[in-house]
Amino acid sequence: MIDTPAPGRTIIGAQSVPTLPRHVRLRHDATRDQWTVLAPERVFKPDAIAVAVLRLCDGARSVDDIAGELARAYDAPKQQILADVTAMLQDLADKGVVRA
Amino acid sequence: MNEQATIDRDAAACLRAPVGMLAELTHRCPLQCPYCSNPLALERVAGELPTETWLSVLAQAADLGILQLHLSGGEPTVRRDLEDIVAQAAKVGLYSNLITAGVLLTRERLQRLAECGLDHVQISLQDTDAANADRIAHYQGGHARKLEVARWVRELGLPLTINAPIHRQNIGNVSAFIDLAVKLGAQRLEVAHVQYYGWALRNRQALMPTRTQVIESAGVVEEARQRLKGVLVIDFVVPDYYASRPKPCMGGWGRGIVNVTPSGKVLPCHAAETIPGLVFDNVRDKPLRDIWLSSDAFERYRGTDWMREPCRSCEFRERDWGGCRCQAMAFTGAAENTDPACSLSAHHAAFTGLADSESARAPQEFVFRRPAAATK
Repeated sequence: MIDTPAPGRTIIGAQSVPTLPRHVRLRHDATRDQWTVLAPERVFKPDAIAVAVLRLCDGARSVDDIAGELARAYDAPKQQILADVTAMLQDLADKGVVRA
Repeated sequence: MNEQATIDRDAAACLRAPVGMLAELTHRCPLQCPYCSNPLALERVAGELPTETWLSVLAQAADLGILQLHLSGGEPTVRRDLEDIVAQAAKVGLYSNLITAGVLLTRERLQRLAECGLDHVQISLQDTDAANADRIAHYQGGHARKLEVARWVRELGLPLTINAPIHRQNIGNVSAFIDLAVKLGAQRLEVAHVQYYGWALRNRQALMPTRTQVIESAGVVEEARQRLKGVLVIDFVVPDYYASRPKPCMGGWGRGIVNVTPSGKVLPCHAAETIPGLVFDNVRDKPLRDIWLSSDAFERYRGTDWMREPCRSCEFRERDWGGCRCQAMAFTGAAENTDPACSLSAHHAAFTGLADSESARAPQEFVFRRPAAATK
């Protein structure tokens, strides 16, 4: 809808190095046996793929690295994985869960 | 057999364990905002829970499956043991959110709280215009002080939410609130139309915006959400007097949220004491888990069995849970009735008509939030 991103918006690309900000926590919730992402006034319930991606967002790996690892782990074409992971991380960045 | 039933029930309850706890540490507050959500009968300092009870409650909360802790009041920073409470939250794994007016904080104390493991700070602003903000809060210099505290929050690397309670006496500044939140480096802004409970219900006529104003404010928020995607998350809370469907109040009674008052009473929502006949258990007397699972107040309106028509056969009954029991009580005289915010309620036309007529008249003087003021 708006082509020019707002100043300050995180734009995710293959060379971005995503990480979770200090105030966002990925943790396993033992009561419900479920992974959760805790953020201000938000509790996200990531699916298995999102958990796999978020656990690789360590501030060292690039999006390209993450896609490569997942492509090997799931024996899937890397270009497709890269596109999916980039879109997922952009969505999470817009929600304030990831920065790069 | 009995034991088996207890275990089954416990397992079921854990699946729908509360996600959040609102801990009202105190009703003391230096501000006197006329829309405060606290009850008209404010708890006095002598009745407040001691530190060790709060520490125990937080450990019990984490054990029960609660994930997020909202430290609120009154003004939570009047408690000298706030550092101990925040440290305990971090220790037991609760995500801690400090909901504060800010005016009593020093930079040193904020830093100590951050070091104790505080996760997030939410600061309320009464307006973007300093003079009007101070008038509404009945606190000279408060607005300037809040802006300074908001800057410290960001300097210390803590995430910041700005809470903007919206009503007829500041609704023209929704756009300015959005600009200010961006300027302060907030990640989140709550454009929260006042909800009419407690002191806000007492001051409803002085606060209720017109329908046109509410629609305009929604348009401003929608435009900003698109423009500021990835920069500022804006939560918009609408006033339900102009709604056609009720809000799923508290995500459903006894489903996701538990509220502990300054004196230790455990409530399904912060206004629940306005419903006559409910018995509230206290964390001084019983484990939190037992209260959540089986106290009278939580069981009374949990699920759908208590519903009357039109809720009982309504296709939305497990989406909005019949709306708000306290509002049904206040407006229709029975908490079991459908929330009058619902267009299917027999009281709906009178409810929306009241908002239209009250907002059309010049606003009355505020009754400021202070002990014993409500009865004047």
